[in-house]
Amino acid sequence: MTVSVNTAVNGSQSEAAGEPTVRSAESAVALRPHAEDAFAAELEALVATDDRPRPARWRLSPWAVATYLLGGTLPDGTVITPKYVGPRRLVEVAVTTLATDRALLLLGVPGTAKTWVSEHLAAAVSGDSTLLVQGTAGTPEEAIRYGWNYAQLLAHGPSRDALVPSPVMRAMADGMTARVEELTRIPADVQDSLITILSEKTLPIPELGEEVQAVRGFNVIATANDRDRGVNDLSSALRRRFNTVVLPLPESVEVEVDIVSRRVDQLGRSLDLPAGPDGIDEIRRVVTVFRELRDGVTADGRTKVKSPSGTLSTAEAISVVTNGLALSAHFGDGVLRPADVAAGILGAVVRDPAADRVVWQEYLEAVVREREGWQDFYRACREVSA
Amino acid sequence: MNGLAEAASGGERVNGLAEAVPGARARPTDRGAALHGGEGGAPQDTRTEPAVGPWLLGVRHHGPGSARAVREALDACTPSVVLIEGPPEADGLVELAGDEGMRPPVALLAHVTDDPARSAFWPLAEFSPEWVAIRWAVERGIPARFIDLPAAHSLAQDPDRERDFAPATDPDATDPDATDPDATDPDATDPDATGTDVAGTDATGAATGADRDVDHHLDPAADPHRDTAPQEPRTGDHLRIDPLAVLAETAGYDDPERWWEDVVEHRGSADDALAPFAALAEAMGALRERYGDGGHARDAVREAYMRLQLRAARKEFGDAVAVVCGAWHVPALAARSTVSADRALLKGLPKAKVDMTWVPWTHRRLSRASGYGAGIASPGWYAHLFQAPDRPVERWLTKVAGLFRDEDRTVSSAHVIEAVRLAETLAVLRGRPLAGLSETMDAIRAVMCEGSDVPLALVHDRLVVGDVLGEVPPSAPAVPLQRDLTRTQRGLRLKPEAAERELELDLRKDTDAARSRLLHRLRLLRVDWGEPAAASRGSTGTFRESWRLRWEPELAVRVAEAGIWGTTVLAAATAKAESDAIGAPALSDVTALAERCLLAGLPDALPTVMSVLADRAALDADVGHLAQALPALVRALRYGDVRGTETGALAEVAAGLAARVFVGLPPACASLDAEGAAQMRGHVDAVHTAVGLLADVSPPGLRGRWQAVLRILGARDTVPGEVRGRAVRLLLDEGELREGEAARLMGLALSPGTAPADAAAWVEGFVGGGAGGSGGMLLLHDERLLGLLDAWLTGVSAEAFTDVLPLLRRTFSAYETGVRRTLGELVRRGPGATAGGVMAPAAIPGFAAEPDRERAEAVLPVLHLILGLDTPRAAQVDNDHDHDRAEAPV
Repeated sequence: MTVSVNTAVNGSQSEAAGEPTVRSAESAVALRPHAEDAFAAELEALVATDDRPRPARWRLSPWAVATYLLGGTLPDGTVITPKYVGPRRLVEVAVTTLATDRALLLLGVPGTAKTWVSEHLAAAVSGDSTLLVQGTAGTPEEAIRYGWNYAQLLAHGPSRDALVPSPVMRAMADGMTARVEELTRIPADVQDSLITILSEKTLPIPELGEEVQAVRGFNVIATANDRDRGVNDLSSALRRRFNTVVLPLPESVEVEVDIVSRRVDQLGRSLDLPAGPDGIDEIRRVVTVFRELRDGVTADGRTKVKSPSGTLSTAEAISVVTNGLALSAHFGDGVLRPADVAAGILGAVVRDPAADRVVWQEYLEAVVREREGWQDFYRACREVSA
Repeated sequence: MNGLAEAASGGERVNGLAEAVPGARARPTDRGAALHGGEGGAPQDTRTEPAVGPWLLGVRHHGPGSARAVREALDACTPSVVLIEGPPEADGLVELAGDEGMRPPVALLAHVTDDPARSAFWPLAEFSPEWVAIRWAVERGIPARFIDLPAAHSLAQDPDRERDFAPATDPDATDPDATDPDATDPDATDPDATGTDVAGTDATGAATGADRDVDHHLDPAADPHRDTAPQEPRTGDHLRIDPLAVLAETAGYDDPERWWEDVVEHRGSADDALAPFAALAEAMGALRERYGDGGHARDAVREAYMRLQLRAARKEFGDAVAVVCGAWHVPALAARSTVSADRALLKGLPKAKVDMTWVPWTHRRLSRASGYGAGIASPGWYAHLFQAPDRPVERWLTKVAGLFRDEDRTVSSAHVIEAVRLAETLAVLRGRPLAGLSETMDAIRAVMCEGSDVPLALVHDRLVVGDVLGEVPPSAPAVPLQRDLTRTQRGLRLKPEAAERELELDLRKDTDAARSRLLHRLRLLRVDWGEPAAASRGSTGTFRESWRLRWEPELAVRVAEAGIWGTTVLAAATAKAESDAIGAPALSDVTALAERCLLAGLPDALPTVMSVLADRAALDADVGHLAQALPALVRALRYGDVRGTETGALAEVAAGLAARVFVGLPPACASLDAEGAAQMRGHVDAVHTAVGLLADVSPPGLRGRWQAVLRILGARDTVPGEVRGRAVRLLLDEGELREGEAARLMGLALSPGTAPADAAAWVEGFVGGGAGGSGGMLLLHDERLLGLLDAWLTGVSAEAFTDVLPLLRRTFSAYETGVRRTLGELVRRGPGATAGGVMAPAAIPGFAAEPDRERAEAVLPVLHLILGLDTPRAAQVDNDHDHDRAEAPV
């Protein structure tokens, strides 16, 4: 049992961090290093120049944390790369929330850099982004509170030695930032074990008649997918403990096209797909369609359209294009054509066969049909949606 | 990171100025010092001391901090006269400000007596420094006077003459404003209190200027010149400076509005009531030294006039004179200048006869959110800042929590506490002395709204802007709208009479058309002088209108109320229609409004109404609503044609609406109950008619697409029988069904496999009343169909027959008696006998089976005569015969 609890904790950590479990010294180069390792130099420079007051156990002042996330140039000339491209306001609210001892909930559709922001916030604030609970439908209470090393428990009885602390517990003891990923995937009863931790800032261990009191500097950053609403909705008691920041989708077409094409390029390489240099027009088209349907208004801002029930996130646009590339490479002439992406778009848009189909048809008839240079695309879509 | 970089380098960019501007050396963290930072600078003669007047109180219009400071300053120095920036024509109206019935926000309205369209507004809110000064003076019985350039001059220049005028006073006045609204607005060029350029809506200030426009004495909506004024090229070398932006940038702020809030609006009470004004005056002095008039060329004239007035007041009252004006003007008023130089500037100004009055105003109109270019963004927030005795942030967030609770959103005191903490810490992080609107809104979003912007919009609408409506005592002079109405009434020889009377209008006559438009416009303004009445002569021509007229005394009140929409009936109705369109709850309301706009002849309102309509149509998921909207729109389109109105946009929207209906109709027809089906049949009929009318003006293919939709409807099993039957019938009437196709479909619908009730509904849809007229004739002429019906009905089981009977009865009872009788005779004779068989027309009682050629030919000569044909043709005989037969039973 002990073992299983341990693996659950460790397993979830690695899953979220996206790297093999091994973190020891012998793994020379991790596939994806932690934020605090990858940007160690920048953090050092920030620590060196930061002369503003820091909250207890914070490695940086709130101003420096904001600079770390948004980028900038330090007085000593060090260039801080922007980690998050988006409204400054949001980052300020997030940092301030942490500074006021309130837990932070990052909401957003998939692919809006929630995890990314939470990792960097934890790295900048506490210098450690690994105190992580990955929320799944099967996350047990032990992952948030503590488990037992049953061999120890049987041999020596309940003691601190037999206790296996969760990342949250460790964060409390050390005054660090704990991270909870995909909070809304966690069953409601397990979620609720966070309430005491967040309001009383203490974690009782009735078996030992002890408790772990949070040291100043402890805080929780949770992420949740706001398209998953209703799966395991947060109780209002828990919700009240969080300040919520919604991370928006990319601001402009250009930014999004850039993100999509860069990511498609990476994916294509790892899947050994021939990269289609002519595909940029098609990518732009996919992004435009996604944005227009998502925003409910055409790019020129002149016509409103209905929005389908699906997310239509950047991540989905990436998968549509990758899929289209695979189609054109294996069954077409290697050039990304409207027909290659049409089916993928249809699949992404029409999630609810009844309502979404009308939305899509209406979009095709009202917007696509009239648009100059989109005739091929219109025909391809008509073909697959008929 | 951009903001940071900018903030870091901002100070250097304006280095030259940095020396002179107080607070320039201040780091963003200690901006609080900015106001008092002038101590080290050389004292100027703008410096005011409580002991000796005149006291020049530079303010930002609508700045609550300024208003509070003005009150304190007036209390401290107790002047014997208060001079206020504003049109001197309003001097006689000052007393009204103390009236019981006067509630801000109100506006001073000046308009040219015989042309109410040329007008300007000076809105005053409770938190406007000018209003505070007026009330202060009125309460103490101290004279208050307006000292700005008289509206008589500023309204006198019409756009054409303006250009002659401008160069005369100012050689380089290619001032973009010259032809702009500010031709009618003395203050548009007024760099308000801190010298912010109100005219931010034009010229270069667009980016930041519009944001903070503190001085929006102009209401562009009420100014018809705005649209007609020719656009002058904006020359690049004639940039206007935004004094506030320069000061803010110097102090290291990227947002001038925030800088102003931080250093002025958010400060508490200072020990020395006049110190802030001194510091501000000094800053403005430095700015004007550097930038001169800053591109506000007309200011020279205005300031000359103000100086003269100030001089006159000093002669009369001594030095105990307080002046409340935009901070930008303070250095100019303090400057030494000779009387003759000032007089010279004012020489030869054109003059017009101008009337002034007070009109009620609203917070929404104060805010630019209402769609007018000029305004303050957050009147509700400013009012709160002005009213709150202390702890403005706490009080504000408690107010917000109260609003949420009223809207059934659970917000506890704990939420408020956390929101206050977050807002205050954010303010620290952003380096502001006090949490401002943006911090509190961020806090509300994060703590109370779970990150969502939807409830936040409510806060913005109800609290940040607010629903405050001003009141004006009845003793205020009449509004120009009333004058315009009276004039129009006189011109159209349409007297307001208390007695009710009927009015018949023939729209082909110009006067009658104008009368109709006037009545329609007044109805839009809720001035229900005329009610449309059913035409008494029974004429159905579209060129005729009947009205029932009755002028009730309270209509005068309605006119006064409508005064906030504009100064002429046309302008007011246009503004009202636009506002109605934006606020209309349902799609059909917007369509109806579009129709009314056409009737009232409001082409300027149409673009807004149309775009709202298109938006609503796009988002309305209920095909029923769309189908309801379409006919009204098409009607409007046709009506517009009759009157020669430009309806291109309308046609486009209608075609778009039709396209959406086509897409949405088939899915919407699935699984409906009987009632829903009947309604849907009505929609199908309505759309069919509309498409028929629309097909002439819209791109080709519309009719074809509609027929495709009808085909789908007719063939799909999930569509209720009534709608299916109707679709088939419409296709049949259009001649779109192949020979025998209707019979095949009917046979299908009436086959034993179909539930009797559904089949009966199909029959009702197919031959019941509706767009295609009575279906009885159809059954008379196509006996095959009648035979099918008969065969089905006789095959229906006894129990099912009782069920379908009511429906069938409804279908057939609608037929005319003659048709019913003939049908009965046909059925008695047994149409089923020939049903499945030959196409040969069966004999009708009283007729032979075959035509009697001889007798038929006897008619031919007469027919030829009538038709103007020369030679009889064989084919014609048959046709004529058919014709005969068709007419016979009727």
